[in-house]
Amino acid sequence: MNGPRNTAPLTVVLGAIGAIRSAVIPAIAIAFSGIGGGGRFLLAIGVAVAAVVIGTVTSYIGWRRLTYTIGETDIRVESGILSRAARSVPYERIQDVSLEAKPLPRLFGLVAVKFETGAGGADDLALQYLTAAEGEALRQLVRERRDEEVAAASTDHAGPAQAADEAGEVLFAMGPRRLVTFGLFEFSLAVFAVLGGALQYVDNVTSVDVWDVDLWYGWLKEQGSTVVTLGPYVQALGVAAGIVGLLIVGSLTGVVRTVLRDWGFTLTRSARGFRRQRGLLTRTDVVMPVHRVQGLVIGTGLVRYRFGWHGLSFVSLAQDAQEQSHMVAPFAKMDEITLIASAAGFRLPDDATAWHRASKRHRTDKAVTDSALFVLAAIPVAIFAPFGLFLIPLGIATLAVGANLYAWEFRRHAIDDRQVYASHGFLSPTLGVATRLKLHSVEIAQGPLARLRGYATVHLGLAGGAFAMHGVPIAEARALRAQVMETVTATDFSRLDAAPVQQPDQALSEAHSGFSENFLAT
Amino acid sequence: MDQAPVPAPLDDSDTLTKLHPNYSHALRVHATLASIPFLVGALVLETVFKGEGLFPSGIIAGPVLLIALALIIRIPQTRYNARGYQISADRLRVVRGLLFRSDTVVPFGRVQHIDVNQGPLERFFGIATLTLHTAGSHNASVTLPGLGEELAREMREDIRAHIRRESL
Repeated sequence: MNGPRNTAPLTVVLGAIGAIRSAVIPAIAIAFSGIGGGGRFLLAIGVAVAAVVIGTVTSYIGWRRLTYTIGETDIRVESGILSRAARSVPYERIQDVSLEAKPLPRLFGLVAVKFETGAGGADDLALQYLTAAEGEALRQLVRERRDEEVAAASTDHAGPAQAADEAGEVLFAMGPRRLVTFGLFEFSLAVFAVLGGALQYVDNVTSVDVWDVDLWYGWLKEQGSTVVTLGPYVQALGVAAGIVGLLIVGSLTGVVRTVLRDWGFTLTRSARGFRRQRGLLTRTDVVMPVHRVQGLVIGTGLVRYRFGWHGLSFVSLAQDAQEQSHMVAPFAKMDEITLIASAAGFRLPDDATAWHRASKRHRTDKAVTDSALFVLAAIPVAIFAPFGLFLIPLGIATLAVGANLYAWEFRRHAIDDRQVYASHGFLSPTLGVATRLKLHSVEIAQGPLARLRGYATVHLGLAGGAFAMHGVPIAEARALRAQVMETVTATDFSRLDAAPVQQPDQALSEAHSGFSENFLAT
Repeated sequence: MDQAPVPAPLDDSDTLTKLHPNYSHALRVHATLASIPFLVGALVLETVFKGEGLFPSGIIAGPVLLIALALIIRIPQTRYNARGYQISADRLRVVRGLLFRSDTVVPFGRVQHIDVNQGPLERFFGIATLTLHTAGSHNASVTLPGLGEELAREMREDIRAHIRRESL
């Protein structure tokens, strides 16, 4: 049990497949490039075989040399063929354990196990690959070990209700219909970028020079002259068809991407935390402890906002795939989000919330500064360009002013006895919610203009995310800070969620042990 | 620490503690060192264009010298005046910035670890930089430069003692 163990032997097969994949392109390149004259196909095959053999052998040795040990207090991973690396992660620092199954490993029933420590990206510990059962067992074990430590260290925090929580209650799930609707809002023209890339590739392997302007010009002229002969109605029809085509392609891309990413999206709440599973080909399975949630961000999109759709993510020290926060409900109605938020112990603002607007001076200044550039641009245009053109920058300036005046309606903040709120954005409002207790610092920042006009930006230190209120009148900002500080100073970091408090006698590394406790509480 | 002191220390009264006077000297030396490359560059340009007779000599080096003098003589003092801190039983307030003012409060209960740093220049002037690290993404570390060496260490001990008390 406690000896060093290897990862799943099938990892070697995956490594070999990876080697084949990376050997194919150079082999083709050699086959078509003319290196080696007549024997070049043989050479290509030779190179490919050599690459595959080397890759497989490396992968095998790598597998043999990578061991992990499940210790009493930590997980240790030793790896490296020539230079050895040993990494140890204490259980108490592990933020969450996620299982990720990419398509190919999934075929073999393997998963990559990642231990999130909050160190960020590449510094985190990962084991690839383990069998799915082994991965699940390991995750269970890490959780139990961590809880044991917690239980051993605390007196009042014994955990009897830990056995029956595995099933949990489904908080949020997205069925196929919801997914397709979501996908339609995820409209994306990224496919054209991919096409561009593909063209480049075609350019490389064939003799068709896609970047030859004359070729395209000739083609366009040919098509253009055909179009000209068609008459205005057909032309208009063509344009309309083109736009519709774009819309269809964009929506399809969105749907496909969304389905791939969020297929079978399920968020469950168990005694130990939130668990999110999603993915069609690459299946991921993430667990987030409730007390690690620092704040909420509710975002939305330009169009979906009009239909009442929002997305909810949890701010915490751990990182999601590419994003900073964990998306827990990418596409949901407000009442569903309220449910999830309350499960995480957050209260969303309601009618009783005393919202404060940003300072009107801030609104005026922002409108003026945002439009000033365009007004300035209008002057040379008015002098040098043909008459009438200067109306364009002036129009943009007016738009900027209007947008700012309107946006002011949405820039607001609030504070109540437990939480702080801030929202901004008028086309797609974003709302941030954070617990007063879990803030780490308060900064009042003022630029020269802000100082002159008596408002400030309040930055609140939130672990794993940013939280700022803009254009707060200075007196209010100070009052707000005083209020927040009052809550914050009343409770030490290590007691943030009644986390265990342990041995006082570590005189030498007191600051350090304090840190680890603090971290545990994060 | 049982509770926050009941009459919460008035955060925003203007009783900021000044930094060590040597801090402005250190800033000055720093500004001098930073402006030397620019002065040298200006002089090089001067000599290059001297033969051309395009413009009167001193048109490059003059302004550069003026700016450098302003940076060395005036700015350090104003920067020094703009900075200050306030330490109370449970929090540290750091104020800085000439044009862009920033006024940060860090509660000791949220400090993860504490650094006291001294560069060679700071050692020469007998001052030190105190850095408080928090877990927040914004203001992950709050630095307070220009403290007297002794004072910086004392403050560190104070804050550390506070953390220890809280953690008991």
